[in-house]
Amino acid sequence: MTITHHLDDATLMSFAAGALPAALAAVAAAHTDMCPRCRREVAALERLGGAVMADLSPVALERSEPAQAAALPADRRELSLRTGNGEVPGPIAPLVGGGLDAVAWRWLGPGVWDHPLPLTGAGKLRLLKVAPGHGIPEHGHGGAELTLVLRGSFNDETGRYARGDVADLDETVEHQPVVPPGASDCICLIASETRERFHGLITRQWQRVRRF
Amino acid sequence: MADLLRRVAEQADLAAFRELYQTYGPRVKAYMMRQGADAATAEDLAQETLFTVWRRASLYAEDKGSVATWIFAIARNMRIDRLRREVPWQELPEGRLEQPSDETPPDEAVSEKERQGRVRAALAELPPEQHEVVALSYIDGLSHGEIAARLGLPLGTVKSRMRIAYQRIRAGLEDLK
Repeated sequence: MTITHHLDDATLMSFAAGALPAALAAVAAAHTDMCPRCRREVAALERLGGAVMADLSPVALERSEPAQAAALPADRRELSLRTGNGEVPGPIAPLVGGGLDAVAWRWLGPGVWDHPLPLTGAGKLRLLKVAPGHGIPEHGHGGAELTLVLRGSFNDETGRYARGDVADLDETVEHQPVVPPGASDCICLIASETRERFHGLITRQWQRVRRF
Repeated sequence: MADLLRRVAEQADLAAFRELYQTYGPRVKAYMMRQGADAATAEDLAQETLFTVWRRASLYAEDKGSVATWIFAIARNMRIDRLRREVPWQELPEGRLEQPSDETPPDEAVSEKERQGRVRAALAELPPEQHEVVALSYIDGLSHGEIAARLGLPLGTVKSRMRIAYQRIRAGLEDLK
């Protein structure tokens, strides 16, 4: 797996700062889990967080620090590192129970299915499956959007996206991703900060019907 | 600071922990208050953050960042978990510390202290408009869109300021190699 499309620097910074809206943070974490290059970048940007926090004017604590070891937690070395589940990266594994082959898809239109993932917090997170020869519904970006390929590949004006690649495109870009004919289904994890403005006729009707 | 953390990890050294607590507790509390917590909640979150430091001290790896960086990541995750209750997966980068270092090129010559010093220097030298977007992200926890609204700027301008700020910070780190 060679990843060629990465997170934008501004997205990485916001992610490391803990300021990325929840849905986008989920995709950023999933990509980072698969991508050593972006893990390095996040580590560097966390250094910036350490520096920013060190520069804050301290606010005195009301309670003093624990005087006895008995006042401290006894269970040490605890850590919650999630492991992935096949093609599903660790960070989102709890949201995609049985793996990609067990997803209950919802038909959106010819060759296009989706599956919303439960999320508390800002934005919308879902899996999207597109059959070969079909396009991912065209959409302008009403807000930030991240698309991470989990299986298969798609092409658009900015290149080819395969497993691990993330499309982190500017709000002004309108792109038309297409899954090449003869390829396998493409499954992506998509986060949007706001609802997409779908332009396709069918999807527009669906938007109306389902408040997509 | 790394020495203190090592003593906490290896000997459960209470005196070392108290020193870390006194140094970082008030900063974590300030951070939580800037993120919107009231003083009592911020105090609780600061205490929980430092307790996590106590529990996980043996997982800290010096080559991955300074103690301040490590505590920042713990505090950030605590804040997301408790103040927003939304992004549990952001525990990831901190959890990664436990894994063998496949991503950080070995660089024995440069101490982490020196690296952190460079980052702080680069941060201090950022032009005000770049410093502002960094602070609004890291300290106030605002998204790109929220920063754009707060400052009355186009989204693209906010993002390009963040990119340039990061390039400067990165440059400060890279000439160490």
